[in-house]
Amino acid sequence: MGFQIGFPILSVMLAVPLAAAVLCLFLKAPAARMVALAATLADLALGIVLWANYDVGGAQWQFTERANLFAGFQYALGIDGIALMLIVLSVFLMPICILASWESIDKRVGEYMAAFLLMETLMIGVFCAQDLFLFYIMFEAGLIPMYLIIGVWGGANRIYASYKFFLYTLLGSVLMLIAMLWMVNVAGTTSIPALMTYDFAPEAQTWLWLAFFASFAVKMPMWPVHTWLPDAHVQAPTAGSVILAGVLLKMGGYGFIRFSLPMFPDASAQFMWLILGLSMAAVVITSLIALVQHDMKKLIAYSSVAHMAIVTAGLFAFNVQGLEGAMVMMLSHGLVSGALFLCVGVIYDRLHTREIDRYGGLSINMPKYALFFMLFTMASIGLPGTSGFVAEFVSLAGVYQASSLATLVLTTGIILGAAYMLYLYCRIAFGVQKNADAAAMRDLNAREWAMLAPIAAAVLWMGVYPESFLAPMRKDIATLDIRLAKVAPAGDAKPKEGKPHAYPANAVHHESGDAASATRDLEAH
Amino acid sequence: MNPILVIVFAPLVAAIVGGLGNRALGNTIVKSITTGGLFLSCALSWPIFLGSLGGSMDATVVPVMQWVQSGTLSFDWALRVDTLTAVMLVVITTVSALVHLYSWGYMEEDPDQPRFFAYLSLFTFAMLMLVTADNLVQMFFGWEGVGLASYLLIGFWFRKPSANAAAIKAFVVNRVGDLGFMLGIFGTYLVFQTTSIPEILEAAPGMSGATIGFLGYRVQTMDLLCILLFIGAMGKSAQLGLHTWLPDAMEGPTPVSALIHAATMVTAGVFMVCRLSPMFETAPVALGMVTIVGAMTCIFAATVGTTQWDIKRVIAYSTCSQLGYMFFAAGVGAYGAAMFHLFTHAFFKALLFLGAGSVIHAMHHEQDMRYYGGLRKEIPLTFWAMMAGTLAITGVGIYWLHAGFAGFHSKDAILEAAFARGTESGSFAFFVGAFAALLTSFYSWRLIFLTFFGKPRWAASEHIQHAVHGDRHDHPSDEHAGHDVAHHVPSPDHSDGTAGYHPHESPVSMLIPLGVLTLGAVFAGWVFSHAFLDSGEFWGGSIYYNEGLMHAMHGVPLWVKLTATVVMLLGLFAAWLAYIKDTSLPARAAEQLGPVYRFFLNKWYFDELYNAVFVKPAFWLGRQFWQKGDVGIIDRFGPNGAAWVVAQGAVGAKRFQSGYVTSYALIMLLGLVAAITWVLF
Repeated sequence: MGFQIGFPILSVMLAVPLAAAVLCLFLKAPAARMVALAATLADLALGIVLWANYDVGGAQWQFTERANLFAGFQYALGIDGIALMLIVLSVFLMPICILASWESIDKRVGEYMAAFLLMETLMIGVFCAQDLFLFYIMFEAGLIPMYLIIGVWGGANRIYASYKFFLYTLLGSVLMLIAMLWMVNVAGTTSIPALMTYDFAPEAQTWLWLAFFASFAVKMPMWPVHTWLPDAHVQAPTAGSVILAGVLLKMGGYGFIRFSLPMFPDASAQFMWLILGLSMAAVVITSLIALVQHDMKKLIAYSSVAHMAIVTAGLFAFNVQGLEGAMVMMLSHGLVSGALFLCVGVIYDRLHTREIDRYGGLSINMPKYALFFMLFTMASIGLPGTSGFVAEFVSLAGVYQASSLATLVLTTGIILGAAYMLYLYCRIAFGVQKNADAAAMRDLNAREWAMLAPIAAAVLWMGVYPESFLAPMRKDIATLDIRLAKVAPAGDAKPKEGKPHAYPANAVHHESGDAASATRDLEAH
Repeated sequence: MNPILVIVFAPLVAAIVGGLGNRALGNTIVKSITTGGLFLSCALSWPIFLGSLGGSMDATVVPVMQWVQSGTLSFDWALRVDTLTAVMLVVITTVSALVHLYSWGYMEEDPDQPRFFAYLSLFTFAMLMLVTADNLVQMFFGWEGVGLASYLLIGFWFRKPSANAAAIKAFVVNRVGDLGFMLGIFGTYLVFQTTSIPEILEAAPGMSGATIGFLGYRVQTMDLLCILLFIGAMGKSAQLGLHTWLPDAMEGPTPVSALIHAATMVTAGVFMVCRLSPMFETAPVALGMVTIVGAMTCIFAATVGTTQWDIKRVIAYSTCSQLGYMFFAAGVGAYGAAMFHLFTHAFFKALLFLGAGSVIHAMHHEQDMRYYGGLRKEIPLTFWAMMAGTLAITGVGIYWLHAGFAGFHSKDAILEAAFARGTESGSFAFFVGAFAALLTSFYSWRLIFLTFFGKPRWAASEHIQHAVHGDRHDHPSDEHAGHDVAHHVPSPDHSDGTAGYHPHESPVSMLIPLGVLTLGAVFAGWVFSHAFLDSGEFWGGSIYYNEGLMHAMHGVPLWVKLTATVVMLLGLFAAWLAYIKDTSLPARAAEQLGPVYRFFLNKWYFDELYNAVFVKPAFWLGRQFWQKGDVGIIDRFGPNGAAWVVAQGAVGAKRFQSGYVTSYALIMLLGLVAAITWVLF
């Protein structure tokens, strides 16, 4: 079996964190930290190798591996450009998460690192699985380490949060499993690439779509099944929030683009307005909610819901811009919201409160921190030059082709987003130093700088030259766009050419006087 | 290397080096780098502009790199230079370089100078990206970039709550406009399948009769697109409805007000309409809207300006009003006149602001004109600079000689164009604009008379009292924690209203910019009016040049041509009457005109209205959606409901586990029957 680069890189990427996770269980805290960092850095290096060797514009599925296991169950891996980018995002964020946990986690460190490393294996597994059931196992098993991270290392109200998290996500999963069983039965294959080109009967698609929707909508999360997210974020340790916002939420979007859209195109078109409607509601409602939060993490969690609504709307605009914009939004949001949670974590580690009002004037004693926080705030608002703008602009340009109303409502997010983020920033970094303990906090240390600087660089890179990220996905999105073309709705704009005016509107015909407006000045002359 | 690359990127490099170097480099190095960068940009910009004066200049586009490519939606980083850009280049780099220099003196004792200079340079970079944009998205990049810089500079003294509030307000209100701009770009892309400005302008006339769907209605394509884009312009250029952020933006340091909120950023909307003028010329309804909104802003801001006491606010409303002139000039098709007014306005308004800064500096942070008076003799150089600015803004000049201060040439051209256009909206704009010119003259002279003439009224000022009694303001958050220029000598006799305070003239670094801008305010109109107004050759196709309208302007009746001068004299007379001759007149007039006066004084109650209609309801709705929606409904019936059901189920299950063998047996029997039934049938 020939591999694209001589060894089964995807399997190795799965194995490295898994092996390290097992090892961590038997190690003391300092050693566990080092092992976890080494393993995640190794995976990051492998991720870079993967990206460098990905053949842009080549075969749709690359780095494929296949082994038959029992009962038609296959160990099948492979990635396309979309999966590649999400894997790169995951391996990029993992070492940062380990660093973020370096000092703040001091009990059961070995188990904590093991949970994180297991999570990394499962995340990569989700994005590279080519077998339906392998995907399902990875997708659902990802819940367990996250459940433990919130439930064991979380805040005061962690049990309620982890329970809520589990209940919501499990509900969707059950329905999805039933739908998968039915699909395999009908299509006779568990191969995801094969299913992506299989045409299910339109009536069946409706039910299958709804079953998958139940799972992905919760993961996304879409309004109104989002209420687990603020609680989970608030209770999770910083690194847990980063991974939750950075990668786990992307599994919902990945599910839509990998399953719902290509496998059930007719049903997707049928439910377009459900998605657009929920997305519009999410942007307005959760943005307004974010405006009145007192808890930093809750505010950013609600802003996540609003941003992910742009993803769903972009995906269900059924055109290239919508799809590409949605993908960039997933990547951008993964970086930006991850970075914002890190920013919260940095000051939480110092003062141990998430109350916004306890802070103030931090740009006086923490200028470096204030600069990073400003950059990520602006990226969240979607300032051009940052990744957030490319994401927002391209996806909304796509949505406009489907519906001007939806675009108008979704674009109000740029106003509300600016309001809640700047209000947050102002309360934390500006104003006078209200509390002596907040005023005494020291600026970023080298470890924290090493966490934030790479994300800042990535955010600017994606904002100024997003081509690096768009190029690998271009062909896959074009393929999907072709598959969706037959069901894509026409959109409401429908430009219709008319008879062009003979003259510019303000033309004053001095000599001939053939325009009505000119007569008066002729008389005056 | 093409000079435009240096012009645009030198300020960026300076901003990055200065901003990141900050305290490590120290004040002097950062200030030198940023100021030097700007003077370099300025020195390279003037040859481009002067070259364009010679006659039609070909547009050049310097590609930088690819930006986004998504399907057919693609746009690059590129720098476009044509005559329109050249005009903006000299305006931006000249005023910015002078403001950098001025800030050496003005900000001298501020502890955060590197940050201030880095922000100024960052602003300049963004503004240059805006005016060199070859596609709408890069223009939007510059648009948002200047918005960011404006936000940072308004909130520069971030310890002050009012500065933070003003900064957020500026950003958010601008975002309302940006919503329109973004939708406009989306629509434009949908219709033309490109965001390249030259391609759009070329294709626009062919689309002039086309229709498009929007929110379920069918509307004229070009009108819709232009109105959406114009909403963006309204935000940035503080037009009526989206103007509320501009007066509050005066919380920023005064050099910022001069650069951003007078000379450059706020004119971006006018620049956009002129840049897209061939497109707007296909949209008669949108042009009507531009004219009416411009005229309304013009009169609105002028009425408010007559009643304000804060010297910076008067000038801020004056800016708002002058922007209105530029817009209605564009609306009636006189894009050359609009750009000309933009050009002259940049000089005299920057001059007025920097002059006001010099006054504030001399008066120990006092901004209330009620506590000024008699400063003519104390700070004569500032006085003469402010006089030049006032003569320019009020449009003093002699028609028969074609000679006058800067505003005389540009404002007269605008009023003549509005009249000559001959449409209803044009005539409306003419009469409104003429009345606003009267008010302009009134509030401008009112400012001069209250500040420089009469007797000193300083004694009542708290700031002056602080200065005299030695408890210096050490809060850098105050409007300029200035170096104590007033080396006061306590005077035994305070009955002269001076409280023993002696204002001193500003340092040389502040006076040089005033001098240069004074030259601009005096000569910019006279020197450049021919190029800007009299032929399309200068513009070289970079704007829609309305040959017919320019001819018609020369044919307007004499009374139209003299209107501006007459109303200027009337305004001057009224101001003289009220603030020199009979100083009790204003109070009596205010009493007589009670409701009208209060309406103007309270800025037509826009802030109160928006607060009640948008701000408070947004917070209220947020709380409702959160507490009633998320917590009260979704959680209650969702996860918590599920938990409740499970708990209830457990109670039921407990009942089953009763411990009685008989009931277990009964259940087993029932189960067995059910199973057999299912298997058999």
